[in-house]
Amino acid sequence: MRVRLDISALCQEKWCPYAIRFLFGGFVTAAAGLVAQHYGPVIGGFLLAFPAIFPASATLIEKHEMQRKQEKGMAGAARGRQAASVDAAGSAMGSVGLVLFATIVWRLLPNRRTWAVLGGATVTWAVASALVWQIRSRFRITRIIKQLRQKP
Amino acid sequence: MIQVIIRFLVGGTVVSAFALMGDVLNPKSFSGLFGAAPSVALATLSLTVATEGPCYAATEARSMIAGATAFFIFASLVSRILMRYQVKALWVTLGAMPLWFAVAVGLWIVALR
Repeated sequence: MRVRLDISALCQEKWCPYAIRFLFGGFVTAAAGLVAQHYGPVIGGFLLAFPAIFPASATLIEKHEMQRKQEKGMAGAARGRQAASVDAAGSAMGSVGLVLFATIVWRLLPNRRTWAVLGGATVTWAVASALVWQIRSRFRITRIIKQLRQKP
Repeated sequence: MIQVIIRFLVGGTVVSAFALMGDVLNPKSFSGLFGAAPSVALATLSLTVATEGPCYAATEARSMIAGATAFFIFASLVSRILMRYQVKALWVTLGAMPLWFAVAVGLWIVALR
């Protein structure tokens, strides 16, 4: 499966979804700082992997897919849920990279330059997530081919 | 108060930047990776290092391991429920939030404390 870049998706969006994600992201970052201040870095650290914009993103994806199908005269509710489900599966794969990101920062930040550690950890997140996605995609394709061959 | 505003603006900007990257990429499963981008972590950790020092930020990152593992379980469960049952995405994601919290705290107690 190939990854494609589609800039036109940005033009289709209204400003509202971006504003919602900006507000949620800003709110959680500010909350993480306040929680760490009051309850210490151990409790504050949990919020760094909080699925902050997840409900908003999933709802938007579901709505978009549903609208697309409705424009073609179909109900679209099931397709909307499927699209949100696929997006959530992608996030699960991305969270594998997130664990690596956190581990690298935890182990290296006290002894190395901050920008190098955060930059390296971000690159590790991207590479690890893409790798997990690639492996899963190939596994799925192989499984589908096997199923097709087994059919009489 | 100024620090909270700075955190809000930096956090909102970084989260939006990763969300934009996710929007322009296809297929959906790949753009979903950006739902688990370290956006809040990048904004928070860089500001925390500047104000509290790297050891404080490293302690936060240690707890983040539990949070990220909980995120994996949370996202996997949400994906399965949405694929199998006729429930709205908003209710599933909000309903699974307590699970994220329970798993994160549980993992920290069992493995990281």
